[in-house]
Amino acid sequence: MTIPTERPSWAPGSDGYYGEFGGSFTPEVLHETLAELRGAFDEAWRDPEFWNSYVSMMASYAGRPTPVTYCENLTRRFGGARIYVKREDLNHTGAHKANNVMGQGLLVQRMGKKRVIAETGAGQHGVATATMAARLGLECTIYMGEEDIARQHPNVFWMKQLGAEVVAVTEGTRTLKDAVNACLRDWAESMDDTHYVLGTACGPHPFPQMVTYFQSIIGQEARVQMQALTGGLPNRVYACVGGGSNASGIFAGFLDDPEVELIGVEAGGKGIETGQHASRLAGGQGRPGIAQGYKTVFLQNDEGVMQDTYSVAAGLDYIGIGPLLADLHQRGRARFESVTDAEVVAALRLTIQNEGIIPALESSHAFAAAFREASSLSSDQTILINQSGRGDKDIFTVADALDDDDWKSFIRRKSAEYGE
Amino acid sequence: MSDTTSLSAHLGARLEKKPLLLMTHLVVGYPSLDANWAMLEAMDAAGVDVVELQMPFSEPIADGPSFVKANHEAIQAGTSWQDYFDLAARASAAFGFELLFMGYYNSVYAMGAERFCARLAEAGMKGFIVPDLPPEEAAELNAAARTHGLDPVLIMTPTNTQERLAELGRHASGFVYCAARKGVTGRQTDLSEGVAAFLERCREATSVPLGLGFGIRTAEDVRGLRGMADLAIIGTAGLDAWVAGGPEGYRQFLESLVAETL
Ligand SMILES: Cc1ncc(COP(=O)(O)O)c(C=O)c1O
Repeated sequence: MTIPTERPSWAPGSDGYYGEFGGSFTPEVLHETLAELRGAFDEAWRDPEFWNSYVSMMASYAGRPTPVTYCENLTRRFGGARIYVKREDLNHTGAHKANNVMGQGLLVQRMGKKRVIAETGAGQHGVATATMAARLGLECTIYMGEEDIARQHPNVFWMKQLGAEVVAVTEGTRTLKDAVNACLRDWAESMDDTHYVLGTACGPHPFPQMVTYFQSIIGQEARVQMQALTGGLPNRVYACVGGGSNASGIFAGFLDDPEVELIGVEAGGKGIETGQHASRLAGGQGRPGIAQGYKTVFLQNDEGVMQDTYSVAAGLDYIGIGPLLADLHQRGRARFESVTDAEVVAALRLTIQNEGIIPALESSHAFAAAFREASSLSSDQTILINQSGRGDKDIFTVADALDDDDWKSFIRRKSAEYGE
Repeated sequence: MSDTTSLSAHLGARLEKKPLLLMTHLVVGYPSLDANWAMLEAMDAAGVDVVELQMPFSEPIADGPSFVKANHEAIQAGTSWQDYFDLAARASAAFGFELLFMGYYNSVYAMGAERFCARLAEAGMKGFIVPDLPPEEAAELNAAARTHGLDPVLIMTPTNTQERLAELGRHASGFVYCAARKGVTGRQTDLSEGVAAFLERCREATSVPLGLGFGIRTAEDVRGLRGMADLAIIGTAGLDAWVAGGPEGYRQFLESLVAETL
């Protein structure tokens, strides 16, 4: 694993800008805290021991390196490019989120803080953070939108078992963006002893850079693994995009390979034309703006008020997008697509039935876009899909989507048991 | 409408007549535009010196629960820039206090710096407070503000180093909003805890008037600021007084505060 010590091509300028996106726009009260964090991160970055301790912790605790799996059955079915999957679902706690969280946990130890807070949409980041806090002996508070709590209750159960306090955010649209706001507010009061473990490559500088730094482990591994498996680089790399951490992480491994096409897949929800989606770049409905501490492309109205977003996948249901990705889009280095909920459920079903792999609904977006395109490529070409997480967290949503009768009667029985 | 006297000159003139000024706040569109007008009438009748008109935003990260709710509901009710500037222009023509914009940078950015400043000046407003815009990102907006005679009001906080306070002081104009404590709006502040020392540090960093806000809730709090700050800033407590006491309770609340500034 190469230590990302020099300025890699995914690092922002010194002011935290990727082209015109990024920066730091926070209430003044957070100014010194962010400066402290930048200082601690810069120092860690320059210390080769830090990256090494990160990689070895991920190996001994989180199950890295995760494999790349060749999907022969799917390849045969689509009759085009050979399909490979990077298995971030095999990380401890079941998603790429663990990479970022364990890394920030090491940084929290270096800074000597005692408490962590985090926002979560799908719950994966919340579970990962609560796990890290349990492991490292930190107090932990997780903010989660009321709507997301209803959608992802199993994760709420685990966070609580892990000793975290879960705060239901009842403001605004009661989803991820409101949980981000709640975290920023908590932090403005608690920053002396608290670190905000931001879950994705968004927010004020240095978060997009720091999260990409930890997640770049995905791309670094995948690049080496693809070469070993296929003797070359993939022609295309697909990743779903909520805030952009798993996409930034896998793209980081291939940014310097211009022949590799990078495809970010956003939530098309019920269809871009319905207005019920979370596609900021694909479809062209997002506009540059500044909110939640950074400048990027947001879904907003003419007066700058953020729009309601929607996705069947809670982790993609977000108004903004990582500034690195917004810049890659602007420079034409990455292409952005959207897929609808219906395409996502179909892709999930296909993957389960053909490969025995159960991707998260978020990750299934990347699968759906890859499936749409695979047959237009030839059999000497390869594509790599980043499976950002595993699907068992989505059991309730998926069972609903698949309309499974057995499951429904099980739930009825279970609820009758609790009834009296 | 717009006159050319600067905000600090206005404040200076008022400070010659009394030791402490009072700034109050409302969220435009909450609980309604009609209620806003009644609030403004009560502010004027009581003798409030400066009023912040908050443009509601969907991500008010510097605000506590009461204002978050107010922002959200004002947006739900459809409050627009047009409503905002109509209210501001009517208020500046009708009342004696100075008016400031308060809101988040995305609203300003969506409109564009030049147009924003032109419309503020046209509506007779004197400046703006944009809590998520650090001075190092504000060059374009501040340049537009200068051509329209508006003052960008900066925020200093107890967590700032002396070096940062000096940096903020170099950009300060109009007055400085000193946040009495860490965190967001809405919670009570214990004024005995280091506020005087903090204001001293701010005073070292700038010569413009100092306003103190965040958790100022009672007449007693306001009295405590005499001789310490130039401007007492009431936010959430005003909204709470309206919700709890209606127009009459609100009027009495404001009068009790203003009495402590005379
Ligand atoms: C499994 C999974 N994939 C993807 C995402 C989206 O996040 P990001 O775009 O930061 O990778 C989430 C977010 O919660 C997730 O849980």
